[in-house]
Amino acid sequence: MHAALRMSDSTNESGMVPRKEAMTDLLVRIGANRDRQAYQAMFVYFAPRVKGFLMSKGADSALAEELMQDTMLTVWTKASMYHPGRGSASTWIFTIARNLRIDKLRRESVQHFDDVDGLEIAEDDPNTGRTVVAQDDAVIAGQERRLVAAAMKRLPTDQAEVIRLSFVDDLSQHDIADRLGLPLGTVKSRMRLAYNKLRQALESEL
Amino acid sequence: MTIRHHPDDATLLSYAAGTLPEALAVAVSAHVALCPRCRHGIRTAETVGGALLDSGSAAEIAADALDRAMARIETRAGGVATPEPLPDVADARVPAPLARRLGAGLDDIRWRWIAPGVRSHEITVSPGSGSLMLLKIAPGKSMPDHGHGGTELTMVLDGSYSDETGRYGPGDVADLDESIEHSPMVDSEVDCVCLVALEAPTRFKGRIARLLQPYLRI
Repeated sequence: MHAALRMSDSTNESGMVPRKEAMTDLLVRIGANRDRQAYQAMFVYFAPRVKGFLMSKGADSALAEELMQDTMLTVWTKASMYHPGRGSASTWIFTIARNLRIDKLRRESVQHFDDVDGLEIAEDDPNTGRTVVAQDDAVIAGQERRLVAAAMKRLPTDQAEVIRLSFVDDLSQHDIADRLGLPLGTVKSRMRLAYNKLRQALESEL
Repeated sequence: MTIRHHPDDATLLSYAAGTLPEALAVAVSAHVALCPRCRHGIRTAETVGGALLDSGSAAEIAADALDRAMARIETRAGGVATPEPLPDVADARVPAPLARRLGAGLDDIRWRWIAPGVRSHEITVSPGSGSLMLLKIAPGKSMPDHGHGGTELTMVLDGSYSDETGRYGPGDVADLDESIEHSPMVDSEVDCVCLVALEAPTRFKGRIARLLQPYLRI
């Protein structure tokens, strides 16, 4: 609902180049109306970022390009399942790229990575007789982006480092411990501290 | 079902980052399928990925990338995606992510005898992604004292057990690292069925390896 209210400022005067904050609105438009112009605008913003993100994790340019194309196709096909109460467009697209990349890496396993969205949808299924009340409907996507970015800037260097090694360099906790020459327990406790600061930032201000 | 024990925050963060070895990720997803609190926790951690995607470096994309994308959405592949169907496993004890891998209920899978009162069922994961198995332990039986090579996640599917860290029932997860020694004992009237995910079974050495050998077949 928040997205619908802000729909009017989702593009600038020219009507073509969207502002960063408008991405969530564009995504809602794609989901609701199969809006090709909105999709094109999202592609222009996200495609180079998704490719860059995948390359930072070690994919070569050709593989990153393929995964980027698959990610963006999934943005189109799954846009109607996106719900702004569940996070920003950037976060949602991050999870799509992450899932596709993991599925690619699990070559010998036909199993897909189980995404929280998928698990939630499964639980919403009427056949299971259960319903889920979304706890985070209050999260306003645009505000979330700013709060997370600010919280990450405030992290002490050692905590920011383990976050970066996890999300950008794609290292497991064990690999991080090896890389930094630290006990596994120290890596875990830095991750916990960083996570708690992030959670506090999101919960106190939203 | 009241869930009392959850995965560590560091585990949820790694799950969100996509860096949890497959075996551990399956155990987390099995728990998360039942646990709204941890779903919320993972969503919170995923915002980090969104922020890093926004602030990260943009790579040069192919000159025809946009044309290709616009053409692809007009093909059959560009249709509206539907949620993955629920697995056809009618066993309420088995959460959906696990049911997809088992393909059958707990009473219909093959159990391998490994010790008196202890049986196991191995679940295939990609090579080098840890090891994953179900353990079925009879009432009153305990597992031997053991440490852990890396992280070990145990999720109870049926029955319950207790150890020095508390009592674990259906949905509960014990998230332990190598620093913890414990000796769980089954305290339910029915067999305790657990999903056990180990990060690095090949790292077990010496005494620990000998104790765990029957369970892990290493």
